[in-house]
Amino acid sequence: MGLKYILRRLLTMIPVFFLVVTVVFFMIRFAPGGPFSAEKKVSPQVLKNLEAKYHMDEPLIQQYFRYLGDLSRFDLGPSFKHSNRTVNEIIGEALPVSMELGLISLCWALLIGITAGGLAALKPNTPYDYIPMSLSIMGICLPTFVIGPVLVLVFGLWFNWLPVAGWNSWQDRLLPSLTLGFAYAAYISRLTRGGFMEIRHQDFIRTARAKGLTEGQILIKHALRGGILPVISYLGPALAGIITGALVTETIFNIPGLGRFFIESALNRDYTVVMATSLLYFSLIFLCNFLVDIVYVILDPRVKYE
Amino acid sequence: MKFKSWRLALCSLLSLVFLSASFLIPLSSAESAIPQVLNLGNGGEPKDLDPHIVTGVPEFHILMNLLEGLVSKDPKTLAPTPGVAEKWKTSKDGKTYTFYLRKNAKWSNGDPVTAHDFIYSWTRLLKAETASEYAYQAFYIKNGKAFNESKITDPTQLGLKAIDTYTLEIKLENPTPFFLSLLFHHSLYPVHKATVEKFGVRWTRPENFVGNGAFILSKWEINKVVSLKPNPYYWDKEIIKLTEANFFPIDKHETEEKMFRAKTLHTVDDLPLEKLPLWQKDSSGVFKTHPYLGTYYYWFNCTKAPLNNKKVRQALALSIDRDRIVRFVTRGGQVPATMFTPPGTGGFQPLPRLPKDGSQVAKAKKLLAEAGFPEGKGLPAIEILYNTSDNHKKIAEAIQQMWKENLGITTTLFNQEWKVYLDNQHTKNYMISRAGWIADYNDPNTFLDMFLTNGGNNHAGYSNKAYDELIESAKKERATQKRFAIFQKAEDILLEDLPVLPIYIYSRNYLLSNEVQGWYPNIEDIHPLKYISLATK
Amino acid sequence: MSNSLWTDAWHRLLKNKLAVFGAVFISLEILICILTPWIAPYGFETQNLELTLAKPSMVHWFGTDNLGRDLFTRILYGGRISITVGLLASLVSVVVGVIYGAISGFVGGKTDNILMRIVDLLYALPFIFLVIILMVYFGRNILLLFVALGLTQWLTMARIVRGQVISLKQKEFIEAAKSIGVRTRSIILRHLIPNALGPVIVYLTLTIPSVILEEAFLSFLGLGVQAPMASWGTLISSGVEVMEIAPWILFFPAFMLSLTLFSLNFLGDGLRDALDPKGAKD
Repeated sequence: MGLKYILRRLLTMIPVFFLVVTVVFFMIRFAPGGPFSAEKKVSPQVLKNLEAKYHMDEPLIQQYFRYLGDLSRFDLGPSFKHSNRTVNEIIGEALPVSMELGLISLCWALLIGITAGGLAALKPNTPYDYIPMSLSIMGICLPTFVIGPVLVLVFGLWFNWLPVAGWNSWQDRLLPSLTLGFAYAAYISRLTRGGFMEIRHQDFIRTARAKGLTEGQILIKHALRGGILPVISYLGPALAGIITGALVTETIFNIPGLGRFFIESALNRDYTVVMATSLLYFSLIFLCNFLVDIVYVILDPRVKYE
Repeated sequence: MKFKSWRLALCSLLSLVFLSASFLIPLSSAESAIPQVLNLGNGGEPKDLDPHIVTGVPEFHILMNLLEGLVSKDPKTLAPTPGVAEKWKTSKDGKTYTFYLRKNAKWSNGDPVTAHDFIYSWTRLLKAETASEYAYQAFYIKNGKAFNESKITDPTQLGLKAIDTYTLEIKLENPTPFFLSLLFHHSLYPVHKATVEKFGVRWTRPENFVGNGAFILSKWEINKVVSLKPNPYYWDKEIIKLTEANFFPIDKHETEEKMFRAKTLHTVDDLPLEKLPLWQKDSSGVFKTHPYLGTYYYWFNCTKAPLNNKKVRQALALSIDRDRIVRFVTRGGQVPATMFTPPGTGGFQPLPRLPKDGSQVAKAKKLLAEAGFPEGKGLPAIEILYNTSDNHKKIAEAIQQMWKENLGITTTLFNQEWKVYLDNQHTKNYMISRAGWIADYNDPNTFLDMFLTNGGNNHAGYSNKAYDELIESAKKERATQKRFAIFQKAEDILLEDLPVLPIYIYSRNYLLSNEVQGWYPNIEDIHPLKYISLATK
Repeated sequence: MSNSLWTDAWHRLLKNKLAVFGAVFISLEILICILTPWIAPYGFETQNLELTLAKPSMVHWFGTDNLGRDLFTRILYGGRISITVGLLASLVSVVVGVIYGAISGFVGGKTDNILMRIVDLLYALPFIFLVIILMVYFGRNILLLFVALGLTQWLTMARIVRGQVISLKQKEFIEAAKSIGVRTRSIILRHLIPNALGPVIVYLTLTIPSVILEEAFLSFLGLGVQAPMASWGTLISSGVEVMEIAPWILFFPAFMLSLTLFSLNFLGDGLRDALDPKGAKD
């Protein structure tokens, strides 16, 4: 895999990106309801005025080319819902918050997940296996919308140690990042354990064991490489997801992140914001999966992409 | 070295004594010590802070402090009090109002507030390009509607005239008895012309905002906080005690309630339904509850069988136990809706025409049989449409059960995401659909003119000539008692025809810290910050 | 694969006590779900407004909810939906994801690039709109529920399988099979997929609960179960609301979901060990 592959791969992003713009642009217009439908219905006259204001009175195809033109200038347009802000501003304000939350959570998730999964795989069918794996199953069955409020109740209200919501001090970062981190840690630990268990029986591990290496040494030297493969595959999309924000966690802790915009914009039919979040998510998915493919080669140099 | 460290120790000891002393002193006069910073939970993130663009309640709560209309409202009695206008007079036919503006009213940049500012602002509200959803609030002004619909293009033909810089004359289409109370609505607040024209849509950003209210906009971070500080140019600035007010947009009532318990907030916008029983038992006095100007009801689609049959609608309306719904399901001090207009709207007390409880089930059964569906036989399955929410679901489930037990009919429930639900409701693609109506202004008209034939918000497809005529005649009537008599007749027709199934009158349930002074619970839920202060209790 | 291979696997599975427990529990659960209408003590929609949020008792084993309905009954009925949805939608995601991922990884080159970019694109589509539009055209069809749920879940499965296959196909035994002219289809079906089965089973056991919980989100959009029927997902999410007043309303459905998941995991681990030809004999 050389530079040529990397360049070629990056170039394929352009047509796919274009495809995503087109598909999403037309798709969202097919859904019933529009940005201006409200409980107190606006009069036909006002609706006409509003549509004119946002160029929505033009034929759809003309709006599409207008959007492409704006996009080529990196202008994502005005938001329908937040009418004195541009979409660029919204993303500029909210994305850093979500990225910060996401990266802290990811650190927790990897730390807890890989340690727990590794420990379980090292001593399968012992308490070192059962306890972390039971916790992980609980973590999967009790999603963030359960864990978050419980953590708030215990640490925020009963013990009064940490703030219950907000995003100002470092203390504010703890509970949300743990909530979000646990969810991912549960997955990572299961995948890590599974991956390690798989590789334990493979020939090169047996060879290593025959050479007299301890289980711990084997784990770190060999198994970490091959066994972690499913975790890496999972992490690609997960990374993109976690840094573009987590709706539930952000809502519970009232964090001004981007995750809320993914659902909010769709429910409000805030077309420009839906476009922007989809495109951002796509770009991140693309890049993260690209990184994953590169990591495959680093872990196993025999892997080739023609 | 040794000597120095000894001196250091003494110094720190002394400063420690002073420090503890300084802690002790304010304790004796706690009143002044408490920081005058109010933190409020404010529901959703404001869409904008342009009074001519926004439509929501969270925005109104902020705007009533940033801008001031001609007339304000007394927070206790809700009676009109002088705002920018010191005094006003009404002509004999009730169609001309003259407002005398106070000369010391200033914008937050020091400019005086003049009659021309109001003419500019209301013309802007009505202009087609502004695309204001609340433009109809100015349709009472002469030629307002025609101008908004671009039938008249000359703004000087509007019923607005500056007699001099500080005198504004307004001509109305009809004598509109609630016109003064309308003036407190944000759509009729003034905006600063130079700022609006210079910054366009960005004029409402904190760095640009110029207002004439008691407070100015000091910070606005999306989904995080909107902060207000006192306006140094405000004419009545002596009365202001707060040094800062922070409006936190919090979507989740659960979060808000927890922040209140952690003492991060002084008040919450709303309470989670499930928490009401707990707070109702609380004795610390922070729990507040009072009726609110809004009705929760179901639309009956009058254009489709079987609900185009009046008797079926009557049977359905008579067979639910509203009392049990408010006592066991909503449990928040709501009032069973035996009428459509909430009692006390603008002083109007409508007579109860629907049963409060299940006392008329026998009559309902008879009506259903008369309609051709004895014991519910032959009646097609009825579908209730509601937008996704646990509360709507619970109410629908309870009503479904009541109809099943009382009339023997089957209903199916059907929830939809908000915009899809609106789309189906507005295109009459439903049988029964959940709805709620919150007053735009404190007058029965805001509830009753909804049912006019082909009215924009008449989603039942309801039409009754006699009803239309009554509402039109109420618009021209000036004598309060006569108007109320007309409204009562309209209510009677409405509750006989039943294009809607009234369920309950809304209530407001929220928490308010005992530290907050000058906050008066009222039916319109208006709490101007200029009267509010904080004190230890 | 010969018969004896399957028999061997079956015997290995039977020796694994936890796996047997898991299998028995799941079968029992499925049986109960089928029999629910006959064994449920109350109707799932029968309300008793005078007895809301009652504590667990001899009359109502799991207590009652905020409309006074028997929680035990509602969990039984909810299980029917959630287990069906969980198993079927996961099955859809496994079949599609494994085949898609294996082909992409094994064929490689341009095909791999195109197939994986399609996956990237599908990730980015706004899911809410997808569901809403599907509902506009196909109505509230129960099949649509499986499509919508499967649609989101197979993507990561495909990426995981592809990753495994890319690594496996460099291995000697695959090279050997290729060199003696075994057809691509056979290589994928006989060699690659069985060897990638470990992570697939692990990820499958992760998919089932997330599908069950995601069903609650689809209910939000109007797809999925309609009130007054409830699934475990919707029971858990409404349980959170009353967590401080009536914790049992959250506890019981979450407990049932966890128990099911434990069983599935034991069974999954047992299956993987049993099917692993190299044998887990250490």
